[in-house]
Amino acid sequence: MAPEEVCDILKERFGAAVLDAKLDARRPYVVVDVARWHDIALFLRDDERLQFNMLECLSALDLLEDNKLAAVYDMFSVPVVIASASTVVGGSGCKSTPLLRHHMAVRVEVDRDKPRIPTVSDVWPAADWHEREAFDMMGIVFDNHPDMTRILCPDDWEGYPLRKDYEFPLEYHGIPATTEHTLTNPKH
Amino acid sequence: MATTVIETRPDVLIDFDKESQGDVRTEEMLINMGPQHPATHGVLRVVLRTDGELILESVPHIGYLHRCAEKIGENLQPYQFIPYTDRMDYLAGMNNNQAYAIAIEQLVGIEVPERALYIRMIFAELNRIASHLVAFGTYGLDMGAFTPFLYSFREREMILDLFESACGARLTYSYINVGGVHDDLPDKFLDVLLEYLDYFEPKVAEYNQLLSYNHIFVKRTANVGVISAADAVGWALTGPVLRGSGVNWDLRKSTPYEIYDRFEFDVPVGLPGGSEGVPQSVVVGDCWCRYMVRVLEMLQSCRIIRQAIKQMPDGPHLAGKLKNLKLPDDEIYVEIENPRGQLGFYVRGDGSTIPARVKARGPSFCNISILNHVGSGCLLADIPAIVGSIDIVMGEVDR
Repeated sequence: MAPEEVCDILKERFGAAVLDAKLDARRPYVVVDVARWHDIALFLRDDERLQFNMLECLSALDLLEDNKLAAVYDMFSVPVVIASASTVVGGSGCKSTPLLRHHMAVRVEVDRDKPRIPTVSDVWPAADWHEREAFDMMGIVFDNHPDMTRILCPDDWEGYPLRKDYEFPLEYHGIPATTEHTLTNPKH
Repeated sequence: MATTVIETRPDVLIDFDKESQGDVRTEEMLINMGPQHPATHGVLRVVLRTDGELILESVPHIGYLHRCAEKIGENLQPYQFIPYTDRMDYLAGMNNNQAYAIAIEQLVGIEVPERALYIRMIFAELNRIASHLVAFGTYGLDMGAFTPFLYSFREREMILDLFESACGARLTYSYINVGGVHDDLPDKFLDVLLEYLDYFEPKVAEYNQLLSYNHIFVKRTANVGVISAADAVGWALTGPVLRGSGVNWDLRKSTPYEIYDRFEFDVPVGLPGGSEGVPQSVVVGDCWCRYMVRVLEMLQSCRIIRQAIKQMPDGPHLAGKLKNLKLPDDEIYVEIENPRGQLGFYVRGDGSTIPARVKARGPSFCNISILNHVGSGCLLADIPAIVGSIDIVMGEVDR
């Protein structure tokens, strides 16, 4: 299914919650309202026409000039062709799908001062770790996430390293964490 | 679709309660496995909550190898970042180079010369074999079989020799770069490669005799750590782990990138016990299926390489200059099939030569996230079997 059709289906169902759509970009995406994001995610997964059963990637962005943070969700519809009748079917809530194999990206934008997005880890279990990574690296808090803790950095790490205005720490527990070069070249 | 619903995990708990007959008091115990542990394939730490031999919870803790590669990518030009991608999945450097190179090429709109595409694909497939050989060998080690490891490393050395002859490096290649490959193939490379394929292909049958159908090995891996197809998709598992669960999904086949649509090859998937020589006790999605998918994929890679050698065109191996590329104010997300699954790069340009955002979606990162779900309810000895069958590289989990 073409991105235009996905966008039309979303607009038809959610109307004004679809804030913007960049469909002629190299990688088409729609921007949706953060307040409706959880409903939209469920719809994307469960609607017969869409069936985005695999959340492939969550990329957190720092849009410093707009004073915003964004999360981009890349999703795929993977056809689950069961190899034989004895195949196990589990209970993650992701159903088997016919051959759809389409791709879509959804972008959710939030203010830098209040970066809160509802979790979709109950919709796609894959989102669990991706959201923790986005929290760790970019400081986006995912509401209702079962374990909103840092995943890559230590728990007592300060700041969010991938933000554009991140200041590198000079030391961590007495270990020098920067070199003279980084001090004189703050961009690095 | 008519499907038989079976319990996802063996119901060990009930059997244990029967055996203990209620008169033996057991206590839960926390066991810390790793970060330095031979069966965790790197610096993975798993905190296990156990009741005797039974795992109640297995929580992976990652980040010990975190180097913030994404931040580095946001401070370097694309051609400078290529060597850092080698160090993510250090067992499949070629594939990582390729993924980032494709992302930048698509973002900027560079046409890669035909010859470069073929060279890239040969190296990507060779690296897939090398990576699967490590997976195969170390999995044998995890299961207590030492010999397959020596065999697989013998064959892997030869692939590394081939790599060395082409690019001078044996592990961190940086060979595939934006716009092509940085050097043309050395003289007689394709002849040596063909010789190697002739030597290697019969070895797989030897591996099968030695390990795949070994009774003890099958006992340790069949019907252990079963991941259902639906769970695999829900947790966004990819690569041999997804295919082991019976889902026929390989980016090389389903959404072909570069020149994969020109070759004939099959996508091995996990099959239930009893079919096509699969041991009776095997269940689709168990450790044995994931292991076997890798073994069979090595043969398919050989098939692809043979076709590529026949079609190899002449011409340039690099499209013009790589340095100071202006990245347009746009974004791209590209995924390729890495030996471990779908490796994705999200790159966002802002008109300058340095990307505004680089995000790597590591297949190992997603694959290992299911460990708690699949591990709880297993026995303690099954944890190395499950971790080994998922085949993670911590450099890429932590990036």
